[in-house]
Amino acid sequence: MDFFIAIVQILDSTIRLSVPLLLACLAGLYSERAGVFDIGLEGKMLVGAFAGAAAASVLHSALLGLGTAILISVAFAMVHGFASITHRGNQIVSGVAINFIAAGSTIMLGQHWFQQGGRTPALAPGERFEAITWPGADALRDVPIIGPIYSELISGHSILVYFAFLMVPFAWWVLYRTRFGLRLRAVGENPAAVDTAGISVAWLRYRALICTGILTGVAGAYLSMVQNGGFVKDMTAGKGYIALAALIFAKWKPVNAMFACLLFGFLDALSIRLQGTPLPVIGKVPVQFMQALPYVLTVILLAGFIGKAIPPRAGGVPYVKER
Amino acid sequence: MSTPYAKLPAWADYGLIPVINLFVAFVVAGFVVVLVGENPFRAAVILVQGAFGKGTGIAFTLFYATTFIFSGLSVAVAAHCGLFNIGGEGQGYIAGLGIGVVCLAFDSVLPWWLTFPLAIVAAAAMGALWALIPAYLQARRGSHIVITTIMFNFIAASVMVYALVGFLKPLGSMAPQTRTFLDGAQLPKLNWVIELFGAKIRSAPLNVCFLLALLMAFLVWLLIWRTRLGYEMRTYGHSAKAARYAGISETRIVIIAMMISGALAGMMALNPTMGDQHNVALDFVSGAGFVGIAVALMGRLHPVGIVLAAILFGMLYQGGAELAFEMPAISRDMIVIIQGLVILFAGALEHMFRPYIQALFASISPKTVGIEAVKGKGA
Repeated sequence: MDFFIAIVQILDSTIRLSVPLLLACLAGLYSERAGVFDIGLEGKMLVGAFAGAAAASVLHSALLGLGTAILISVAFAMVHGFASITHRGNQIVSGVAINFIAAGSTIMLGQHWFQQGGRTPALAPGERFEAITWPGADALRDVPIIGPIYSELISGHSILVYFAFLMVPFAWWVLYRTRFGLRLRAVGENPAAVDTAGISVAWLRYRALICTGILTGVAGAYLSMVQNGGFVKDMTAGKGYIALAALIFAKWKPVNAMFACLLFGFLDALSIRLQGTPLPVIGKVPVQFMQALPYVLTVILLAGFIGKAIPPRAGGVPYVKER
Repeated sequence: MSTPYAKLPAWADYGLIPVINLFVAFVVAGFVVVLVGENPFRAAVILVQGAFGKGTGIAFTLFYATTFIFSGLSVAVAAHCGLFNIGGEGQGYIAGLGIGVVCLAFDSVLPWWLTFPLAIVAAAAMGALWALIPAYLQARRGSHIVITTIMFNFIAASVMVYALVGFLKPLGSMAPQTRTFLDGAQLPKLNWVIELFGAKIRSAPLNVCFLLALLMAFLVWLLIWRTRLGYEMRTYGHSAKAARYAGISETRIVIIAMMISGALAGMMALNPTMGDQHNVALDFVSGAGFVGIAVALMGRLHPVGIVLAAILFGMLYQGGAELAFEMPAISRDMIVIIQGLVILFAGALEHMFRPYIQALFASISPKTVGIEAVKGKGA
């Protein structure tokens, strides 16, 4: 039974750890499917986290915090769009620039506004998203098997967790069942054809980036307003890049993205859980190995040893209208 | 790739446009300074004075510049071959492993001028090795070099943490770093050169790595513009199809270019470890690999431009430290913002002002502006 409880706990923290990855990964999905590479997921999450926590603590409202996070994150996405769509700059360079600006400005402004070494003030209970306890979760807690699964795994998360997982079928529906999604995928594969059909390539790509900005904003808000009660400098700590890795791992598909993020979240949860405890057969696994595993897996996948990941064909190429 | 932009006279292309881009980046940075309630003009004066006002400041500026020359050259070599090596950070970090092993093994036996070449070889080899795998995967398995090099940055970080808390750390020590190197692995300072000009230097870490960096800048120039290999690399960078048609082996050229790039990134680790701290510590690269991207873009991928841009960034680092000291509202993170803005305006938005400048040139004298768009100038 202890073993079972341990598994439920690991799975529970898997969910918590994979939510920011999942949101960022779906964010990347929209922009990359539209043909815009986005290395700046990391930076956009960071500004989202900062703006969310800062606004929530000043305005004393979690919802206003979330709104601000989304707003600022979308603004950064628009900078990326301005550079890489309107001015046809190098998308990767632009993404790198956004990560730098985000890393520097969150600390500078945080220090200036709150004087706590780049942190935002600790959020009070009403200023962050609380866990939602589902009906009957407490009553069922002691029931074997189902009890822990229902009360730990399914119930007891914040609204953003459920939002993240709802976004998976939503993204699938948008991409594969709507006109916007069809065009979005087309613009990532063959923008010239979309242009010929009389649809604006630039506007489509901008809209895709708005979706990206919204989702990275929520991802950031989750980090600073759910997982942590406030903003800490560099709190994304490479999650944007892991999300990018997950996106490739998922071969740019929404449902796969969820499983990839859960896998990477699981590895993370496992490495925290196993810290220092020796495993049977293998012995003690270094923490660093577990931390590096998502990256190693992505490299192996990219090398084509676990199926082939084929990116959207027009990805990374600025569209130049024929003249 | 063709660009829809017509050609400008060379001095405008390589001088005017970067200066305008840089100027805009600094104007935006000035707004950030205003936002935190300080005077941007005073900040600029403090920055420049801190970097060049005193002998110590100059020495520190050149010390920082040394690292950035290496990382800038690394990005540039790959970029000439059409590859974006974003993994300089990891290649430099992992080179610390080679340097650490060489220095710990030889610093008690050999003098510095024998340890140094060994460490250069070790650093370059580790950096090149770390670039080899992404290069191979790009050339043979078609995986995107940007993604793999990013992944390798993280893997390098994990490997280095593992090494530094494990076998590189002296027994019984808690700090994740090697022991302090003995005299045999401490590089001589170059401060006397600046003192020749009459400036006084208290202690500054400027060391012989600076000369190595200048030598590498010259060698990169020689490689890119004066050798057959460099020609092949540039051909491949301009058009992979043309290169294939000309019988240039794709695999070979990608792997060689990336390994040179990785070796240069690896050498950047010499400066902070053997030249300054005299140990290999956790996270000693601290973002210098990424600064290389800004430096290379700013310097227009030319070694001379890179050396100048590296000095500019060295100035930002040194002057930024002074600025953080003088103006409490501004921290060293201001430099990170400026870097980001420079990358944005000099890199991603480099064409933003071009049409206006072209219009201006055309209105002054139409002859200076070519009519048709030049093929193959795209980044």
